Amino acid sequence: MAVLIDKSTRLIVQGLTGREGTFHAKAAAAYGTNVVGGVTPGKGGTDHEGFAVFNTVADAVAKTGANASVIFVPPPFAADAIMEATDAGLDLIVCITEGIPVLDTMKALHFMKGKKSRLIGPNCPGLITAGQAKAGIIPGHICTEGRVGIVSKSGTLTYEAIHQLTKLGLGQTTCIGIGGDPLIGTSFIDALELFATDPQTEAVVMIGEIGGSAEQEAAAWIQAHFKKPVVGFIAGQTAPPGRRMGHAGAIISGGKGTADEKMTALAAAGVTVVKSPADIGAAIASRL
Amino acid sequence: MKIHEYQAKAILARHGVPVPRGEVAFSAEEAGAIARRLGGGVTVVKAQIHAGGRGKGGGVKVVKDAAAAEATAAQMIGMTLVTHQTGPEGRKVERLLVEEGVKIAKELYLGLLVDRAAGCPVLMASAEGGMDIEEVAEHNPDAIKKVAISPITGLTGFQARQLAFGIGLAPEHVNKAVKVMQQIYETFVATDASLIEINPLIVTESGDVMALDAKVTFDDNALYKHQEFRDLRDLAEEDPLEIEASKFSLNYIRLDGTIGCMVNGAGLAMATMDIIKLAGGQPANFLDVGGGANAEQIKNAFRILMSDTNVKAVLINIFGGILRCDVLAAGVIAAVKELGVPVPIVIRMEGTNVEQGKAMLRESGLNFTTADGMGDAADRVVALSR
Repeated sequence: MAVLIDKSTRLIVQGLTGREGTFHAKAAAAYGTNVVGGVTPGKGGTDHEGFAVFNTVADAVAKTGANASVIFVPPPFAADAIMEATDAGLDLIVCITEGIPVLDTMKALHFMKGKKSRLIGPNCPGLITAGQAKAGIIPGHICTEGRVGIVSKSGTLTYEAIHQLTKLGLGQTTCIGIGGDPLIGTSFIDALELFATDPQTEAVVMIGEIGGSAEQEAAAWIQAHFKKPVVGFIAGQTAPPGRRMGHAGAIISGGKGTADEKMTALAAAGVTVVKSPADIGAAIASRL
Repeated sequence: MKIHEYQAKAILARHGVPVPRGEVAFSAEEAGAIARRLGGGVTVVKAQIHAGGRGKGGGVKVVKDAAAAEATAAQMIGMTLVTHQTGPEGRKVERLLVEEGVKIAKELYLGLLVDRAAGCPVLMASAEGGMDIEEVAEHNPDAIKKVAISPITGLTGFQARQLAFGIGLAPEHVNKAVKVMQQIYETFVATDASLIEINPLIVTESGDVMALDAKVTFDDNALYKHQEFRDLRDLAEEDPLEIEASKFSLNYIRLDGTIGCMVNGAGLAMATMDIIKLAGGQPANFLDVGGGANAEQIKNAFRILMSDTNVKAVLINIFGGILRCDVLAAGVIAAVKELGVPVPIVIRMEGTNVEQGKAMLRESGLNFTTADGMGDAADRVVALSR
């Protein structure tokens, strides 16, 4: 089981022939992902490191039956890549690219309204279903098949949580990096909805950070709808207001979006909130 | 990217938004000359720094003539202006905006930004112009009217009218306000702004609608589209170490603690600051070296960390996914040998090739403390910083 991606996923890589695209296409295939090809405009019909290259996503879908895409194209072209993948009817689109102008992301999200594609990211590490398949940059070797789902705004902090769960023998189902931009395709609530109906996922780690109110909205939703145990951590408890902490979305503005308000909201919703990122694994163990 | 008020007004004016006549001055003499060019009557002298609350801090003065403008400018240039947004150290004033005085009948507020929850730009308006909008939001949230803007239609006439009537504008001023709102939205889209705030937007005694103050912030991710904005950056407003770090694609923010941190990934970097605080210490900085850091970047990161003389110990926390631990270890060893880092260094690393990396640190003959897990690392570095 698990969610969004598994052995049956047929993945293409947009931006396949670039350095990042090539590296991560190979890593995904080595992990067992069914990488059916890639897209680089102008290089269609060629073979790149054993992967078939197509000029357009529509071509790739027609010839390979792809149902998912991971995007590694540079920021000026990434929003267009998202729209192209949407137009080609893919179920899942994972955009790793960091640095897309927010008004471009807004247009892409607007384009997606009413269409069937789901976007993960942008500015995210992608996702992995332990032991099955991955789309993105999360290292496969730190994961083990197990019982816990992860949804997170951060990349390396997700690896940290994966590592703790692996060390404790709890393992993971699917780990979803939703991204650190102000506008993203899949929210905490969307991911939690998927985990709610996945029988293999027994508990969820939710990693948020300062900025915006997605964690507070998730807290309200968890209280009303989510029955499985959740452990939460919010990064940026010591971040100064008004400064953007690496991620475009990680900023406390006008006194809003602080770690404190998020932690309070999550705790009130029954989430086990850990102050220390070192305690995530142990907290999950105590809730299972 | 933040810009100054005079730069923001020039951009808004290009899109048709009425602003008071004025020019920037870098000296008292220039300020006097500008005031005379403006007619020599009532003049406003405004300190240009990238922080709000200038009026309360003494950075905005209304004077009666050009001579007074020059005298006021002489006092303001070079002064350290402290506002609630600058912190206690304040900012040195180096530029002034010298403007004609305008007779104000009514002060309003306009703010435009991309709302995360709505997923589109939202224009906010309030009749309580000149006030701190965050205070209004807290004490009188009903006074703030909002409309969500479709990227297809832009700000429609009816939406702008809803706001204009909603904040109590007289019918004879509504059309002018609607026009200004639409021009502000056009500016927002054309410049890839992340925020435009007009506080106050005024109705003058003669019935004109005008931006008396202006704050425009650009989306850093969109600057590649707007080469013309690069010159608007004022390096004097930024921390020299942060400027230096940005040259090496390092994401560094200076803080006021004693424990320097070097981390890969923004979330993990924030979490590392948090765990230092939990262990009883104070982080000296946020530093994200990114996912693919090389030896050169690690050396520069060390150099920048150590330029902050408050740093008493350093914590390196790396989760190697793509960045391999052996590459990191080689970079750290080379940097420490070359730079002679005089403070204790605690290293916690995990992930790809971790055993190899740890062995290299052990065999280097240098005085590293290796830690097991983030909690242990934080405890050790805090103890060593004392």
